[in-house]
Order: sequence, then structure tokens, then C-alpha cells
Amino acid sequence: MGSVDVVVLDYGSGNLRSAQRALERVGASVEVTRDYQRALGAQALVVPGVGAYAACMAGLNAVNGPQLIDVRLAGGRPVLGICVGMQVLFEHGVEHGVDTPGFGQWPGVVDELQAPIVPHMGWNNVNPPADSVLFEGLAQERFYFVHSFAARSWDLDTSESSTASPLLTWATHGEPFLAAVENGPLCATQFHPEKSGDAGLALLRNWLNSLD
Amino acid sequence: MSLAVRVIPCLDVDNGRVVKGVNFVDLKDAGDPVTLAAAYDAQGADELVFLDITASSGDRATTYDVVSRTADQVFIPLTVGGGVRTVDDIDRLLRAGADKAGINTAAIARPEFLTEAANRFGSQCVVLSVDARRVQGDTQTPSGFEVTTHGGRVGTGIDAVAWAAEGASRGAGEILLNSMDADGTKDGFDTELIEQVRKVLNVPVIASGGAGRAQDFAPAVRAGADAVLAASVFHFGVLSIAEVKSELANSGLPVRR
Repeated sequence: MGSVDVVVLDYGSGNLRSAQRALERVGASVEVTRDYQRALGAQALVVPGVGAYAACMAGLNAVNGPQLIDVRLAGGRPVLGICVGMQVLFEHGVEHGVDTPGFGQWPGVVDELQAPIVPHMGWNNVNPPADSVLFEGLAQERFYFVHSFAARSWDLDTSESSTASPLLTWATHGEPFLAAVENGPLCATQFHPEKSGDAGLALLRNWLNSLD
Repeated sequence: MSLAVRVIPCLDVDNGRVVKGVNFVDLKDAGDPVTLAAAYDAQGADELVFLDITASSGDRATTYDVVSRTADQVFIPLTVGGGVRTVDDIDRLLRAGADKAGINTAAIARPEFLTEAANRFGSQCVVLSVDARRVQGDTQTPSGFEVTTHGGRVGTGIDAVAWAAEGASRGAGEILLNSMDADGTKDGFDTELIEQVRKVLNVPVIASGGAGRAQDFAPAVRAGADAVLAASVFHFGVLSIAEVKSELANSGLPVRR
């Protein structure tokens, strides 16, 4: 397999270096950029995200993020959202009473996780479906989470659809929430694969291998 | 299954070099924080903390360099504390590859700093480090613990438990709770301090200070700590990360293997 050409979208959010280095470690050729055409044309796009939902959306809007994702997905070109980069794929996010529209690729809301200790910070188990591509060989591994908000329900009804339903991976902290979604070219993880040691690197490798 | 108890080694870094004697076998350069960080990662450390004790703030370029070289090689979370005074300091650390910034003295001087940092980077990046000790002499606080500065030498008279709670309400996403009484004793963590802090806040607590034996860690977790931190027992090879995790698991606590 040749090196996969990956763009990590730089829209002013946090630690991008780790995402870049982790992807490079598993063989990708990575560019960190905010350039729209470059992000549009790349073989794969990673949308990272840390901090507040509203701040991330403001940053993403400033780089034409919603259109970028729409056009990529219309062409079947892969996108991986990480942490808040997953959360913004839902319809909206509610943090501290601030309700912010998201990309709306999936219906539903991201809001506060109901748990005794928040943020949910540390290494937790996940429950991937048997046919998951991202978690192939990794179902027993722990991944590194750090977040206070989450998608606590899945509201897209695909039961009448003839196409494959999205693969949902759940985790539990106080209550169940979505740890990952695999939906055709659009994948997302609530945890940080780039901070999840060997398990995280293996998950990124699984993702890259699925793009060939 | 549930969230694993995090086991975190802490490295004191002075001018880009690890201090506090390091006794790792099979390391080409045990004074190099990057080499040591990779060794701890291989041992199963769940996170790493660098405490920058470089005296002169003008020399912090070496710190950023160490952070970025570590982040290039080690794919577990990295917290960097010591001399973090402004949001620009945090920005530089995060850009270099750190995931969280530890804030201590600057927040005592100006508690709003925690809020400013949380607003800009998110609470998950903001770790409030509290150096606490039992009150001495005429000093009294409701909890019986006070915040100290200067490595535990100077008491502030501020109630340490109330300060941890205030820090969380002002935006800290995690509390690094250092017992200055237990620090260096190897007699175990100060579980009374941990219990008191756990009661008043709902953000994660990292317990620090006093670890001497593998059996010392479980009581800290039972007292309410979400994570346990130690320095010298790991550096001197008295304990390995794996030994600590085995003992935690034997006590029925979840760990990452």
C-alpha cells in the first residue's frame, strides 16, 4: 500500500502535532493546513477538535468547514472527526446553556454527560460491533477519553434503508454514550486515537488501510 | 468495566534535563526526558507529567523543545507544569505538543487566570496543581489543610480543600493534589486530604506525594483519587508502573494493561 495522503484541518484548535505525528507513525503522509482546496482534494481528511463546541464551530466556519465536509462526503471522500471533531458532526451542541448549531451530518444533540466525575478523563473500554473496521482486533483495548459532553443517543433511523446502517460503538461513563461512529466515508471517535498509545495507532492504521 | 485508574510518572525537568536522580537500567541517556518518557510509555504509563523547574524563565525554549520531541514519539497524554503564568504560555505548550497545562502559583496570585485559560483552551487542558499541607503554628483553616508555595516551604493560610473546589468552579478540569506532608516520606498517600477534596468537587483528582510501596496506591484510589502520581519510586527503579498496576488490579481496581 502506498502512503495515504492525509490533511489534518488546522482551524486553530489545540494540539495538532500529536495527530500529525501519530498518523505519520502509521505510514500516512500528513499535511496540517487550513487551505480549502488542499483539504478538499486530499485522500483523507482529519477534523480534530478540543475545547468548547462553540469555539470549534466558529473556527470551522471560518475555514468553510461545513461546505468542505459536505462536498467531500458527496464525493465519497473519507473524513475522520476526533473528539469535538466528532461532536460537531451532530445537529447541535449544548454547553453551559449555549446552544450551537453543528454540521448536522447526523441528527441529535451533544450535551453534558451525566456522571459523578466530569470531565470523563482517562482510559476506558468500548463496545464495538463485530463488523467494525476501525476496531478490528482492538475490541478489548482501552482508549483515552477527555470530554464533558457527548452524544448520548443515536437518533438516525436507518431501519428502512437498504444501505448498510452506521456502525455504532458505545462506551459508558455514568451512562452510555457514543465512542465512535462508522458511517461510510464519515468516521468519528469521541476518544483521542492519537493519545491512546499502541491501541490508538492500530485504530488509525485500520482506518488508513480501509481507504485504499 | 469502567474507567481505569491512571498511573502517572512525574519528571522534574531543569533546563531540558531530568533531575532527582534517575536509576533506569538499559537507557542510553536516563537524563533525557524524551528517552525517559518513551521508557515509561513502554512500561505502561497512562499519562506523563513534566514539571519544569528551570529557574530562569528565559530558558523555557528548552522546555518547549523537550515537549515537542516527546510528543513526536510518545502517544499518551502529556501534562506540563511549572512556571505557567499566562494564556500565551499555555498556547505555546499546547502547540509544542502538550495536552494539558499545570497551573499553580499563578492561579493563587490571580484565580481568574484559570477561567481565562479554560475559556480559551477548554477545561480539559487546565490542571490546577495544589501543594497542600496540614496547618502549622497559629494558622487555622476549616479543613485543617492550607495551600503552600515555594515547594511547600511557605504557607499561604488559604484553605487547601476550599481552594481546590474554587479552582474547579473557576474552570480547572482536573486537580493535581500534592501532599507536602507526605511528599518524600514514602509512607503512603495522605488519604485524609484526598477524602476531603473528593467530597467537595466532581472533577478528576490526581493524588501525589508519599508513594513508597506498590500497596500505597490503592488506598489513595479508595479515598477518592482518579489517578495516582509518583516520581522517585519510579525513577529509582524501586517500583515499575507494571508492579503498581498489578497491585491495583489485585485490589479489585480497574487498570489499563
